[in-house]
Amino acid sequence: MSRVGRNITVSIDRLRQLAHRADRPRRLAADERSCPRCDSHYSGDEMQRNLRVCPACGHHFPVTAHERLEQLGEPGGYVELWPELRAADPLEFTDLKPYAVRIREAEAQTGLGEAIVCAELEVRHIPVVAAIMDFTFMGGSMGAVVGEKFARACDHAAQRGLPLVVLAASGGARMQEGVLALMQMAKTVIALDTLADAGMPVIVVLAHPTTGGVWASFASLGDVTYAEPGALIAFSGPRVIEQTTRETLPADFGRAERQLANGQVDAVVDRRELAERIGRVLHILDRPETAPQSSQPKQWAQEGAERVGRVAQSLPGLPRRVMERMRPGPGPGPGNGTE
Amino acid sequence: MTSREHGGRFVRRVTDRLVRAPEQQDDLWESVQLARHAERPYTLDYIARLCTDFEELHGDRLYGDDPAMVAGIGRFHDAPVVFIGQQKGRDTQERTYRNFGMAGPEGYRKAMRVMDLAERLGIPVVTLIDTPGAFPGAGAEERGQGGAISRSIQAMWRLTVPTVAVVIGEGSSGGALGLGVADRVLMLENATYSVISPEGGSAILWRDAGKARLAAQAFKPTAANCYRWGVVDVVVPEPAGGAHTDHDEAAGIVDQYLHRALTDLGSIPAADRRRQRRERFRRLGPLRDPEGGIGMASGRESPPPG
Repeated sequence: MSRVGRNITVSIDRLRQLAHRADRPRRLAADERSCPRCDSHYSGDEMQRNLRVCPACGHHFPVTAHERLEQLGEPGGYVELWPELRAADPLEFTDLKPYAVRIREAEAQTGLGEAIVCAELEVRHIPVVAAIMDFTFMGGSMGAVVGEKFARACDHAAQRGLPLVVLAASGGARMQEGVLALMQMAKTVIALDTLADAGMPVIVVLAHPTTGGVWASFASLGDVTYAEPGALIAFSGPRVIEQTTRETLPADFGRAERQLANGQVDAVVDRRELAERIGRVLHILDRPETAPQSSQPKQWAQEGAERVGRVAQSLPGLPRRVMERMRPGPGPGPGNGTE
Repeated sequence: MTSREHGGRFVRRVTDRLVRAPEQQDDLWESVQLARHAERPYTLDYIARLCTDFEELHGDRLYGDDPAMVAGIGRFHDAPVVFIGQQKGRDTQERTYRNFGMAGPEGYRKAMRVMDLAERLGIPVVTLIDTPGAFPGAGAEERGQGGAISRSIQAMWRLTVPTVAVVIGEGSSGGALGLGVADRVLMLENATYSVISPEGGSAILWRDAGKARLAAQAFKPTAANCYRWGVVDVVVPEPAGGAHTDHDEAAGIVDQYLHRALTDLGSIPAADRRRQRRERFRRLGPLRDPEGGIGMASGRESPPPG
């Protein structure tokens, strides 16, 4: 495993410890810590202000789902959706521990109900539906609850006419739900088409790591796809590949920068610029409500406006102010600077 | 009508008998071994017996041709059908050539290209699933293995023609699901269908590749269980002793079930078929809602948030 990968694993363990100790488990306690990459020291407060990016070297630390929502939107300004859904245990699965115990432990350690948090919020004053994964809850793995909440987020965004912002951070499908976890890949991919049918965009941000069944389903189907620096993005992880094929992988295998070169993502975006970047792209994609959807209504609207103008001119008794208001435009069409 | 009612009383009676029997098996590792039996009929063995004529198509039109995935047009019960499936090899040379049935992105892109052909010409699509998983290789990753699988899932879901998937051997991981989003999912009596191969699961969950037997026990990947969970609609019986004992008989039974499924699907309007397909996958996966008790995932519209 690469140096970066090992260090990130360590920092996630650290994050879990901190989350376990804290009174408000979703927020990390403020304390001294050091960057695993450059060894510089900083306080927890400083870290939070800097969106958990090392101020010295730009190393991106893991971020919990609720802190993500605060980073992307206004402070405290989000409404969580369907927080009540919890995992069942259809296989009565046991590996080193029973699945039921693992879920209870994850709930206690993270203060979360599942590995995804869905919410309504505003990103740079644009209302969106967000589906944010949390790697601290069982490696962000996708079982039936993650699949269902993601699908509901798609439905909800389509119904409300809002864009969907997805933040992926996941080891893949949740092994403990067996083939039913696999089926969530189909469920999420199908749900994305509800949004497509409604003409609403999906912005996907790939955080470290996005692998397995999550990368091979909704996470690779964004209309616009950003990756955080250094994020591992892969279907099969480096260890599995090295074991199966005996290939020696390059140190930056599957990392965001390399996946950009491979043509798998649109850009590598620093977390401190993420909200701005998402806001910007949503502004570009925003269709004014008055904008015509096709050429036919445009023509109809234009004719209507001209007719109103002619009628206004044929009514000599009207005050000038009223006539001004009834003239064609402003709006789409000739004479107001748009073509 | 739900997909579960598919095939009428006969199929259900056979299925009920089949799903009871494997419950008695105490060692699911044997099921895994049977699903992987070297003499078990593979995709091309079935195609050769199901079709009176078959033309294999090659290449993804983007980069290359993946021998781990076969696709083509065949004549089935006097009508055209598109067949797509992973292909394993029997001897060492052929296994290597077929990459052990582990397709790369070119395989899934070939599948999509042929699905597109089916859609254009209004031909039903039948997929035959038999893979330990999609290929885990550096080259496959760099050419977009993840996106190839997700887009294959998407392409198959978007088809308006009738679609049937048959799990004929080993159905593991996203590599299997890439061909699995069908109107009807059939599964052979001794096939397995799981989120990952027992070896893969063992390495991840037990941190020890030697615990595959335990993993097989935990994943419960049998046809009986998949039927109970609603992941498959029909369990297809095999000749006594397993499909490897008699390829012709095994293919003959698949033929009957496949023909029945396609005939049934042909009578459903395309829009209804697609809606049912969406609802079928939306329902999969039980969850707990503290307000509503234990239940399946919602089938239709989302409830309002609260």
